[in-house]
Amino acid sequence: MSGTFVGMPAFPKAAHEAVGNTTLRANLRHATHTIRDKRAKAVAELDDWALLREAGKQIKDHTLRHLDTYLVQLEETVTAAGGTVHWAADADEANRIVTHLVKETGECEVVKVKSMATQEIGLNEALEEAGIAAYETDLAELIVQLGHDRPSHILVPAIHRNRGEIRDIFTKEMGEWGRPAPEGLTDTPAELAEAARLHLREKFLRAKVGISGANFMVAETGTLVVVESEGNGRMCLTLPETLISVVGIEKIIPTWRDLEVFLQTLPRSSTAERMNPYTSMWTGTTDTDGPRAFHLVLIDNGRTDTLADEVGRQALRCIRCSACLNVCPVYERAGGHAYGSVYPGPIGAILSPQLRGTASEIDASLPYASSLCGACYEVCPVAIDIPEVLVHLRERVVQGGPATRQGNRVVLKPAKGHAAERAAMRAAGWAFVHPGALRAGQRMASRTRRFHPRTLPGPGRAWSATRDLPQVPAEPFRDWWQRTHGKKESGK
Amino acid sequence: MRVALFLTCVNDTLYPDTGRAVVNLLTRLGVDIDFPMGQTCCGQAHYNTGYRHEAEPLARKFSDVFGEYDAIVTPSGSCGAMVRELYPRMGERARAEGRGDGLAAALAPVVPKTYELTEFLVDVLGVTDVGAYYPHTVTYHPTCHGLRSLGLGDRPYQLLMAVKGLDLKELPGAQECCGFGGTFAVKNSDVSAAMGEDKVRNAGSTGADVLCAADNSCLMHLGGTMSRLHTAMRPVHIAEILASTEEEPLS
Ligand code: SF4
Repeated sequence: MSGTFVGMPAFPKAAHEAVGNTTLRANLRHATHTIRDKRAKAVAELDDWALLREAGKQIKDHTLRHLDTYLVQLEETVTAAGGTVHWAADADEANRIVTHLVKETGECEVVKVKSMATQEIGLNEALEEAGIAAYETDLAELIVQLGHDRPSHILVPAIHRNRGEIRDIFTKEMGEWGRPAPEGLTDTPAELAEAARLHLREKFLRAKVGISGANFMVAETGTLVVVESEGNGRMCLTLPETLISVVGIEKIIPTWRDLEVFLQTLPRSSTAERMNPYTSMWTGTTDTDGPRAFHLVLIDNGRTDTLADEVGRQALRCIRCSACLNVCPVYERAGGHAYGSVYPGPIGAILSPQLRGTASEIDASLPYASSLCGACYEVCPVAIDIPEVLVHLRERVVQGGPATRQGNRVVLKPAKGHAAERAAMRAAGWAFVHPGALRAGQRMASRTRRFHPRTLPGPGRAWSATRDLPQVPAEPFRDWWQRTHGKKESGK
Repeated sequence: MRVALFLTCVNDTLYPDTGRAVVNLLTRLGVDIDFPMGQTCCGQAHYNTGYRHEAEPLARKFSDVFGEYDAIVTPSGSCGAMVRELYPRMGERARAEGRGDGLAAALAPVVPKTYELTEFLVDVLGVTDVGAYYPHTVTYHPTCHGLRSLGLGDRPYQLLMAVKGLDLKELPGAQECCGFGGTFAVKNSDVSAAMGEDKVRNAGSTGADVLCAADNSCLMHLGGTMSRLHTAMRPVHIAEILASTEEEPLS
């Protein structure tokens, strides 16, 4: 994945700052709660939601099981429709391919449709190094780009910004990139949108190359689908002469019939709309309309490694609706940046450590960035059991074990820094299979209870900095039971 | 019917009152309840922290100790969910790792017989009015495992609403996690504490003097937060409220 996030601190450290930032917390709380409630209403309208969810899950599982077949079919159909397919094993290869394609056109600027995949591979940075300017055209992405910031949400990348902050960014930065913001810009949504519209219109009309991702790729016809709200995506997809789409290999679905399911579940889950305002679909090139050249760059970048893992592979069903972010109490308080990846929130916590591996500090800490409350699983429109995968990845972090990296089966070593915990877990495990030992421990705790502090030193401070400890009772339950019901003890 | 109390290691060690409450309540309802002394821990903390292999002997032990009973009752949503939801998964994982059906077969008998307390009362005994008396204002926090893993639904509310003298207040944001999450409380203590404080604040806004839940782990976290924030509210396990009667009120 992208080098942008290299050296990120572990999740708890990054979250610590966000929790203390009251503006950020208020922005996030307001935004996530609003969309969360709307989503619940939009979903409740459909009697067959549970069936749609199950259908979405099964379509994706089927496709992933036969991914090889469908990818080859897609390559054939895209090629037959006049497109060119490129295969990229990792981020570097994808960036090289795209940079080369842009250079071939002789252009030094491109307009971009909001795309997670290009952020994942750090395409903008790679293009910049090659002297090519990439302009984000999604309103929220524009805010992020102008603010020299990072996205903090899949769907609403600038969710961490309020209107006042956006006005300041526009006023200060737009002139550096193109048409400046109008004089005396206020923070009303209509004025902010108009400023963005004027700024972007200039870019659309000038650009010769557009770069996009895709929400879906239909194998049977080679059709790509982009679902959006603003219409800026459609401008990028239709106005330039060359269109380059960078898409993860898991975005494929076999047929148009399958698309029907996701076009119902995606908008309701993401923006709480019955249908999104713009659904753009294109199949290769057409003689009299749209781009003259179409390139599809298919990226793996850790996906086949993820696919090899029986428990973890369900993360590849994700349709990036962001419903799991919006219901997540941890995301709401820690913010998107703490996840150290373009994929924040619950899905990021299971996707990043699989795409990138668990070697770095941030990736090894992500599986713990959850209280396992299960709210994400409940809302996920493709039924990804995120808590299950989190626990599975915790196991990989603390115990190591078999995994696939760059296509090779490897046996991972347990991560460093868990030795004390591992020893404690083993000791507790031993005591728990020997009830006598447990009882001795309980009695000791009861006998010394007068001396127990209500706060703890050392690592225990993590608990007692904000919470008092419970008082140890005079006798554990089992002693009371023995005293009062001892005779009918079952003997076990 | 031979009924066993699976109290859980946390309750046994730290919250014996909850255990006594379950015994009194079920005895009052005519259930002959036993506490098998061999019981310890279901392995949930091990499993959820990533020590699945260390949790396996604990699960086997659980099955040994409780296998002979007709029903296993636990006053903990999360430990109940461990047995019902995760024991079958542990068996499947062992099978997928090429270790055969042994674990799955060993754990299978206890899975359908394990009930969280409010499920046992409403579904097995078929009672919602347990004859309790508790003259206090109460708000109920449905803990995540009870809510989402076990699907306890309105069972706890039905039981609480039938308690004489009890004034039940709706908790705003009830379905949101309290922030305990086992090791999460320590590994991500800042976020955990922020979640706990929000839950306590929401509970406080109801004007209730008691915050009730069906899981003492969450109540330990919330109670510790309340005592640090010096709120007047106190945490009480649902078993203790249901056990309380006019003759023997909960002190
Ligand atoms: S994991 Fe599920 S809920 Fe989260 S973004 Fe992906 S599809 Fe949506």
